[in-house]
Amino acid sequence: MQPLTHRGRLFACQSIRDVGDKMVLSLASAPAFIVERDETRCIACQVCVRQCANDVHYYDEVDGSVRSHDAQCVGCHRCVTLCPTHALTVRTNPLEFRPHANWTGEALRNIYKQAETGGMLLTGMGCDQPFRIYWDHMVLNASQVTNPSIDPMREPMELVTYLGAKPERLEFRPEMVSAGEDGERPSGSCMALTTEASPQLELQVPIMFSAMSYGSISLNAVLSLARAAEAAGTYYNTGEGGLHQALYPYGAHTIAQVASGRFGVHPQYLDTAAALEIKIGQGAKPGIGGHLPGEKVDLDVSRTRMIPAGSDALSPAPHHDIYSIEDLRQLIYALKEATGYRKPVSVKVAAVHNIAPIASGIVRAGADIVAIDGLRGGTGAAPTMIRNNVGIPIELALAAVDQRLREEGIRHRASLVVGGSVRNSADIVKAIALGADAVYIATSALVAMGCHLCQRCYTGKCNWGIATQDPYLTKRLNPDMGARRLTNLLRAWSLEIKEMMGGMGINSVESLRGNRDHLRGVGLNQVELDALGIKSAGF
Amino acid sequence: MPEQRLTDTVLTAPEGVHVVEQVVLESRGVPYRELNARIHGLVEEGVSAIRLNGLIGQRYIGTNLRHPVHLTIDGVPGNDLGAFMDGPTIEVLGSAQDGCGNTMNGGAIIIHGSAGDIIGHSMRGGEIYVRDSVGYRVGIHMKEYESMRPVIVIGGTAQHFLGEYMAGGILIVLGTNLGSGVAHPSHYVGTGMHGGAIYLRGRVDTNLVGKEVGQMPLGPEDHLILQRYVGEYCRYFRADAEALLRGPFTKLAPLTKRPYGRLYAY
Ligand code: SF4
Ligand code: SF4
Repeated sequence: MQPLTHRGRLFACQSIRDVGDKMVLSLASAPAFIVERDETRCIACQVCVRQCANDVHYYDEVDGSVRSHDAQCVGCHRCVTLCPTHALTVRTNPLEFRPHANWTGEALRNIYKQAETGGMLLTGMGCDQPFRIYWDHMVLNASQVTNPSIDPMREPMELVTYLGAKPERLEFRPEMVSAGEDGERPSGSCMALTTEASPQLELQVPIMFSAMSYGSISLNAVLSLARAAEAAGTYYNTGEGGLHQALYPYGAHTIAQVASGRFGVHPQYLDTAAALEIKIGQGAKPGIGGHLPGEKVDLDVSRTRMIPAGSDALSPAPHHDIYSIEDLRQLIYALKEATGYRKPVSVKVAAVHNIAPIASGIVRAGADIVAIDGLRGGTGAAPTMIRNNVGIPIELALAAVDQRLREEGIRHRASLVVGGSVRNSADIVKAIALGADAVYIATSALVAMGCHLCQRCYTGKCNWGIATQDPYLTKRLNPDMGARRLTNLLRAWSLEIKEMMGGMGINSVESLRGNRDHLRGVGLNQVELDALGIKSAGF
Repeated sequence: MPEQRLTDTVLTAPEGVHVVEQVVLESRGVPYRELNARIHGLVEEGVSAIRLNGLIGQRYIGTNLRHPVHLTIDGVPGNDLGAFMDGPTIEVLGSAQDGCGNTMNGGAIIIHGSAGDIIGHSMRGGEIYVRDSVGYRVGIHMKEYESMRPVIVIGGTAQHFLGEYMAGGILIVLGTNLGSGVAHPSHYVGTGMHGGAIYLRGRVDTNLVGKEVGQMPLGPEDHLILQRYVGEYCRYFRADAEALLRGPFTKLAPLTKRPYGRLYAY
């Protein structure tokens, strides 16, 4: 058999790793995973060799068998999923370091890695630390005896949601009818509405795909999101990567971001989108900017971001024209002016300590939508320490913001969209009951497209064809299939949301919004219950 | 708002003086939303020159205008003058405030006076000429793309963080208000810069420039750039091009396209 080459590299003679003059004491490259190949099942078809962009599997010409470099495995399960004979198992390496509750294997490995490179630790996806997940400590209500539940299979259930500022009050004037020579007179029976509505986004389901830029994920992944948003009657978000030409047909379902780098922000971009979102922060990395390394800025990405190919795309940490709420107002209104006041303007922030007054300021600055991203929100790349330690859980942020906006009498002036790890339909029902108008999902959407949470999005070697621009990998994700899977997910979640609402005796998502009476806390202390504004179960 | 039509001459880049029919809007006290809607309406009608009289602080003038219309502003426009615009020429007979040319794509802004902070923030194309001095963070994150190459020419001096994060384009500061032997006052010039070029006329204290930029020798191409844009500045503001071009000029350019290359452990 011929040795297989994968992007020009020969594998057969690679079994002895070159340690060179590195200090071998580090264990930084000791395997995190063990790849087990059941030799009785393996037929040496080399599917795994071709599928792994991390070069874990290789064909050994000498003895005609397939072997692995375990240390390169990131645990993405591509090979396990695709092996035709189910010969592969990938396990966490159990005996890697001596057990220590404080000095975990990961803590040690991080230090070794940093001692070797002098660099910041980088990671992908959302915070993987065991912080309390408040969704899992809230339970929902259901009707029993005293009020009837509703069967969503037989009765209409309204999930349609409108995002945008709602008027303070409605004003009417008497409807005029023609009175011959006297001109007009009040009809006496009808009134005409005179209040002008602010622009609104109409969502068939209270779920949108949150910001993921073309550049951080592949065009096929963005196309999947755009097509699914169109099919399901909702929206996807460009992130700060500009709008690829192939995405213009989905403009009516596009929320276009304006971030600190202003990449790809030009007149047609503003025209095409249905709404604009000023990105201030992101849950995975509050307070820091973004950095798409030059090697990921290929020709197509360069065209979309409107920067030269190969140059770094740096998004400064702050918008340098926004140092205050007044400055934010200036950019909000610049965008409204630029779009003739026809499009809602959203402002996205990360959930941080003083999120309630910050959100109040954003609403007062004129935002139509406030999007809040929690501690567990995902990312294509973020410094590990920031991802794991900065920000607060979305459940607490949402409860605080909704409460504050109600107290100030300005809750109607903006819609509230939350993200930062919404994993299933129950999380959505709980979020809406806590006060959200809709949720943003991103990690869930990627999982629907095949992501296995290996957290290595920053390497650009996503074996699932999502967080990569390598054409060899991106073609693994067919945008029509991606869109179908995403549409299925939204359909499934809508069915479940309707079931849960029906069980509570609610037939419209409007009546669930901010209805915290339908939530109870389990296993929470009084401070947490107060922060969430809910009662303990049993009360 | 009172409005009249008359014939006047305007200066346009690069053709020179033109005689046009001009619509004059008396803008004093007119809210910006109303004023901008009227400007957009006139431009859609096909009006090629508009003069705004008595403008005081109204924001967003010319935002997202896409026609080669000529706006003359008699007064002081507010923040974000010409934001996102693509094509018009705006001439301010006075000073401008913050954020002028924000994320601008094309066209020209000519300011017969001074301008505030973050002039040309993230601009991708077009030209801004300021006769006198400017505030902080001017030219921040300017970028160029294919044939689009933004240009800012400042007659006087700039405050700190000039050209911060600059990713492309040309920034020229002529320092005409500097006393002899006095260095440019701007600190942290070109911090985080990874593209484009900054030309400073007069003495530069190199301790004050960002660590990502270096002084480069001026080549023939640089002289062509200076001749072209300093020449343009002199045409707008009737200054002596020959005297200004005598320099000396310092060119600052990024030492690397990847100022943040070795940051991560992988
Ligand atoms: S994909 Fe499975 S059967 Fe094929 S070589 Fe790899 S382990 Fe063996
Ligand atoms: S998107 Fe790809 S690289 Fe990122 S976590 Fe998912 S599978 Fe891994």
